[in-house]
Amino acid sequence: MSYDKPLPWKDPESAPFWDACARHELLIPQCASCGTFRFPPTSRCPHCHAPDVNWVRSAGNGRIFSWIVVRHPVPADVFGSSVPYVVAIVELPEGVRMAGNVKGCGVDEITADMPVTVAFCDVAEGVSLPVFQAAAPGTP
Amino acid sequence: MWKRDRHSIVGIGNTEYSRNSGRTVRSLASEACLAAIEDAGLTTDEVDGLISFNFNDSAPAMAVATELGIPNAGYAVDFLAGGNGANLVILSAVAAIEAGLAETVVCFRAMNGRSGFRLGGGRDMAAHGITQYTAPFGWITYPQAMAMWCRRHMIEYGTSSRHLGEIAVTFRDNASRNPRAMQRKPITLDEYYDSRPIVDPFRKLDICLETDGACAVLVTSTERAKNLRHRPIMIMGGAYGGGPNQGEDLFDALRWPDHSHNYAKYIAKRLWDSAGVGPGDVDLAQIYDCFTYSIVMQLEGFGFCAEGEGGPFCMDGRISRAGELPLNTAGGLLSEAYIHGLNHVVEAVHQLRGDAGPRQIEDAEICLTTAGAMTCGSALVLRN
Repeated sequence: MSYDKPLPWKDPESAPFWDACARHELLIPQCASCGTFRFPPTSRCPHCHAPDVNWVRSAGNGRIFSWIVVRHPVPADVFGSSVPYVVAIVELPEGVRMAGNVKGCGVDEITADMPVTVAFCDVAEGVSLPVFQAAAPGTP
Repeated sequence: MWKRDRHSIVGIGNTEYSRNSGRTVRSLASEACLAAIEDAGLTTDEVDGLISFNFNDSAPAMAVATELGIPNAGYAVDFLAGGNGANLVILSAVAAIEAGLAETVVCFRAMNGRSGFRLGGGRDMAAHGITQYTAPFGWITYPQAMAMWCRRHMIEYGTSSRHLGEIAVTFRDNASRNPRAMQRKPITLDEYYDSRPIVDPFRKLDICLETDGACAVLVTSTERAKNLRHRPIMIMGGAYGGGPNQGEDLFDALRWPDHSHNYAKYIAKRLWDSAGVGPGDVDLAQIYDCFTYSIVMQLEGFGFCAEGEGGPFCMDGRISRAGELPLNTAGGLLSEAYIHGLNHVVEAVHQLRGDAGPRQIEDAEICLTTAGAMTCGSALVLRN
């Protein structure tokens, strides 16, 4: 079955991120000058304006900052078979937030600050999406 | 420096609000603009500015100037903006007049928001630019964006569906007295709870309407306004903006500091300083309600209550017609129509002229209007 959900269009700033996802690695851009992490990737540091970045591997152990449960699919022909699904904003220890789906628990079992860990879902040739896996019950 | 009371709204106009206009957006815009010009007792020859905002779903200002045969469209300008633009266009008319770029400016928003381009249907499915970090996960529509904010407020402050339901029920009750409103049948709290879950924590009745229609507002100097048909509705104060990290588009708030507070918190001081009054001086308010929850953050941000108290503030009839702060007296975007917030300004003018009929708030002298729900927005303080 072909994958018909939106696929990320890589650009010069995001290519290292998505290329790493395809290798099942989470990389976050860190300013090479002042050390500030940022996400999403941009052309220069919003703090010191330096353009150079180091792509730093993250363990992807984050916490749920906020989440929604999508019950009415839009567009219906694309997301109709996926509802209900969870989208969360996850806060990572590096101090950045990113969005992703949450797997590994029921849609009504999500709680604020719940720990999650990044995993990767291969969706198309050379394209993997980060997905946040609920920690096993009892994990701190 | 802001020039308090130096500019006024002198004309208002709107089309019928429907689900399927069967007309071009340009013709809707022209009808509303012409109505606003005629409402002021002016002719199209006396208008030299047109300002609109759109999401690539409208007629450009110059197209309306062309259709109406306006000979001196010296300042015909369009903003690429969403709800944040509905008061910004009026502030921009003030700026243009003050700068000598125009004398009399018609501000409009027109859309086939139900039969044509549906804003609620989601943005571009192509996940490029900032959407590459959202759309692949099925995070696409504005209800899905705002639900994420609402959840934060629930986490931080215990805001509940009971609070949101009270807002939906109150505004529908207001709409029941408004012949223009698309939804006039009163609803109960139970009906709110029973409405279809769309994206938790939002139900269908937390989400605004989709509308085909247009609104227009005519702005000129208060000096000139004194000779026109209606009592001028003066623009006491205004502000536009937001906080740090407003994002790359109206959806994007990944870097926004705290999703339980929106733009209102960041522009409130400038707004009230410009107007020379505070929230306690306002008789009523038309607050941007693309969602029920939008009301909560703006009540807090503009200082009507403490942070976190926006939900409880809406209880016990406080925001109803007879309450201490009547809100969205025409029914709002939730029950009157979604003309992207410009319909709030039209209603504010009706209230301040005293011609709102069965909806009229007695002795209404000062009205707040707001526009926007997330990281940026605009607001006006109007008086009669």
